[in-house]
Amino acid sequence: MSDNKHPIKKVNIICAKGNIEDIYATLVLGNGAVMEGIEANLFFTFFGLEGIVKKWMKKPHTAVIGNPAMRMPSLMGVIPGVEAMVSSMMRKEMDKLDVPPIDEFLELFTAGGGKVYACKLAMDMFKIKEEELTEYVSGILTVGDFYELAGGEGSQIIFT
Amino acid sequence: MATKNYAGVTVNVNEEGYFTDPSQWNKEIATEVAKEEGIDLTDQHFEVLIMLRQKNDAGEALSIRGINKSGVVDVKSFYQLFPGAPLKKATKIAGIPKPVSCV
Repeated sequence: MSDNKHPIKKVNIICAKGNIEDIYATLVLGNGAVMEGIEANLFFTFFGLEGIVKKWMKKPHTAVIGNPAMRMPSLMGVIPGVEAMVSSMMRKEMDKLDVPPIDEFLELFTAGGGKVYACKLAMDMFKIKEEELTEYVSGILTVGDFYELAGGEGSQIIFT
Repeated sequence: MATKNYAGVTVNVNEEGYFTDPSQWNKEIATEVAKEEGIDLTDQHFEVLIMLRQKNDAGEALSIRGINKSGVVDVKSFYQLFPGAPLKKATKIAGIPKPVSCV
């Protein structure tokens, strides 16, 4: 099933988009890694900051316009309340599957030894201060710092 | 089907070493399975193993979130008790099937 000679030892996951599904893809991959004993770093940048800024992470949203997989006419998405309703439905469905809310997911991930980082440039751009980030963030990185962190044999960079 | 011998008892296991019949499990067997995984079982380990077996008996899907909420162990200690791949190791030692959950 697997190539045992070259196991993945570390994953470095970049989350640059802020839709529910982008943030959760990052969290599921990251948490799945630590549960397999793989070292994991999450790097939240640009709209991905949605997942680690306290005032935004409680209610993540999804795109209903220009998202063909939503299987509904994009025009419906302009109706007030539709986007909020769809996003809320998605959050509820995930909860039923025991997928935790973002802050709880980050708690599980960091308890398992995973690390969470914020992108300095994106924070400057969105004028986010360090104290606005969730407590689970262990540092603010430049792109150079990120590459340094991602180094090592059996390390992979994943862009969600 | 494969079998393995633990503590003088022959148990049925699958190709990954997980028990196919949880009723064949006992504490002596668990201790030997744990040794294979490089873990010396303590009372705290057994509390977790028993909780996992109870959840499995109840037909509950095992997830790291469920373990955190169990009240028996928090996630951080769970990772410390079963280092490496905690849920995989713990279920193997508990004599129950490997969990299929992604969270």
